[in-house]
Amino acid sequence: MTENSSTNGKRIGLFATCLVNTMRPRVGFASLKLLEDAGYEVSVPGDQTCCGQPNYNSGDRESARDFARSFIDQFKDFDYVVVPSGSCAAMAKVHYPRLFDDTDPEKADIDAIAARTFELVSFLTDMAGLTSIEGKNTTTVTYHDACSGLRELKIKQQPRTLLSSIDGLEIKEMEDAEVCCGFGGLFCVKYPDVSGEMVRKKSDEILKTDADAIVTGDVGCLLNMEGALARRGERTRAFHVAEVLAGLDKEDAS
Amino acid sequence: MHVTSKDFDEKARAAIADDQLQMGLFVFGKIFPLMRDAKAAELPEFEGLRDSARDIKTNVLENLGTYLDAFEARAEEAGGRIHWARTAEEANSIVERLCEEVGAKDIIKSKSMVTEELELNDHLIDKGYSVVETDLGEYIIQLRNEKPFHIVGPALHLNAGQVSDTFYEAHKKHGRTEKVEDKVKLVEEARIVLRERFKNADVGITGANFLVAETGQIVLVTNEGNADLTATLPKRHIVVTGIEKIVPTLDDLSVFLRILARSATGQDTSNYVSLYSGPRRARDADGPEQFDIVLVDNGRTDMLGTPVEEMLRCIRCGACLNSCPVFSTVGGQTYGSVYSGPMGAVWTPALASVSSAAKLPNASSFCGKCEEVCPVRIPLPSMMRHWREKEFEAHLTPSGQRWGLGMWAWLGKHPSLYRAATNLAGIGLRLISKGRSGKRLATWLPFIGQGWTQSRDLAVPQEPTFLSQYKEGRRR
Ligand code: SF4
Repeated sequence: MTENSSTNGKRIGLFATCLVNTMRPRVGFASLKLLEDAGYEVSVPGDQTCCGQPNYNSGDRESARDFARSFIDQFKDFDYVVVPSGSCAAMAKVHYPRLFDDTDPEKADIDAIAARTFELVSFLTDMAGLTSIEGKNTTTVTYHDACSGLRELKIKQQPRTLLSSIDGLEIKEMEDAEVCCGFGGLFCVKYPDVSGEMVRKKSDEILKTDADAIVTGDVGCLLNMEGALARRGERTRAFHVAEVLAGLDKEDAS
Repeated sequence: MHVTSKDFDEKARAAIADDQLQMGLFVFGKIFPLMRDAKAAELPEFEGLRDSARDIKTNVLENLGTYLDAFEARAEEAGGRIHWARTAEEANSIVERLCEEVGAKDIIKSKSMVTEELELNDHLIDKGYSVVETDLGEYIIQLRNEKPFHIVGPALHLNAGQVSDTFYEAHKKHGRTEKVEDKVKLVEEARIVLRERFKNADVGITGANFLVAETGQIVLVTNEGNADLTATLPKRHIVVTGIEKIVPTLDDLSVFLRILARSATGQDTSNYVSLYSGPRRARDADGPEQFDIVLVDNGRTDMLGTPVEEMLRCIRCGACLNSCPVFSTVGGQTYGSVYSGPMGAVWTPALASVSSAAKLPNASSFCGKCEEVCPVRIPLPSMMRHWREKEFEAHLTPSGQRWGLGMWAWLGKHPSLYRAATNLAGIGLRLISKGRSGKRLATWLPFIGQGWTQSRDLAVPQEPTFLSQYKEGRRR
């Protein structure tokens, strides 16, 4: 891995997200490793909770503002906030500023913190200047472009660049890599029939590639595709891109 | 506007189980977006045109009254008459009166979603008029007594066999006793039957894709040409259209004409683009003797100055429907509204009510694809979120969900309890998980989680939460 000397001891606050915290802790440790290897000082503020997306997207704007306020409390002293999730990063980066008007006392803080917030992989490439990752991996993977990262943060090439730099790793593109997997936060439980059909179609495309694993940047989408494949009795593995980049995918998923 | 979106879930289940519909949706959901992308890529200035289109409409909405007044003045100079309708009832009775004036019996119609919104057909038929749709798709669904499937392709969900059955039944009374199966022959049959209607009609009703303020013209963009026959053959042409359709100048119109067909059907341009102003002149060979334009508000001005104002930029291209993964899973009829898909999820609550249409803005995974393709750059997900906020404010959100969100927000303010709760949830999941496929999976979850396990398992980690492991000193 190319060590980056321009980081100058910049401090990163890692926002782990609810799903990483509870469902995929290893993504948190993979993120720590990747960021520290890139030369940053990383810490995980202990009182972090949720970014507030469930409330925000359900129309509960007031609660979403509370979540944004506690985000400020936890992260205002860091040079950067890094999030291993396109949708939670987009929540802070794109949507928090929309939750406050110029008359709100938090406005300046939230704008500033939003500007310093990044999704993990785009941070590694676009901010830390990483172009390759050292490591060996003989897995064939297919990459799903999770919607928020793709459309709100323009993450498309970055994970592919880093993944394909790993010695031996092959990316087999699936058709409709950019089509929603049907997760959509609470959408998957509020509209189970529609969501189930969407992830069924997604699973078809994944299986057509014959890849060993499905890789994506959001744990929600990951669990959705992994769970649908498992229900069909398929053994295709599912990883968060950070797990693969950090070389943690060889250990079995928990 | 009659809305039955409360049955969304039920209809969605039926649509998913309908193999024939699914096949149609599959083709349509793939082909149209591919063609749209190819046509957009061919035109280096496409993205710039979208910006211009957005800016033109933004300016129109800021000065709507001025442009509408200008349009009215020009249209009247050309011999047309303008009628203003605040509500659906007003619009319908204006049209009824206009038909009465000329002692009409037979009415033909073409190309108007607004009249679907107003339920004008039902109104006129109730009053004893015969009303026939002349666009092939609209004609087919009228015979079948269905609502349009898609704003651009109202009968896209039907296959040739279904159309054949429909025609066989409906055309018996026109002396056609043979069952026709071939697609080309079906079109021919419709043409022959409709020809009589065209010849006998007293009034032709069309919509308008655009209104040009500078010239007072109405613009029709079509592929079949039936709208032009409807506009020119009967002695009275009535245009029924929404007030938001206005563009300032012919130059502005050209911007929209370049993006509309490309976004809608992936065509460079549609087969027909016609501009009409006023009735026939003394030396004209044909054309209507009277030309009336009904400008419909029906809730549109109420949207001005609100967070859904931008929706009024919509040019009804249907690109957002074509590319929506929810629409292409459930189809148009599931939405229970004239306007379906992402655009319908914003229009319907605005024109009907949030309470009657709350299912629609929620039926989105917020994937953002609709916003990516919308030629006038309407931020559709944000508009849907606005309606969810209205729903939440009005306490219309289902109570279980409301309680859960309140609980979650409370945990957000109490980090130590948030940590305890998430630790506990992890323990619970581990208890119900079983080993399978080399993982520990939960195959059944309680409460709202049932929605999840209906079609998927849940991979459960066999370790404590990240935050608790980190607190214990684990760093990698
Ligand atoms: S919202 Fe945009 S994409 Fe959808 S129909 Fe209207 S103009 Fe077309």
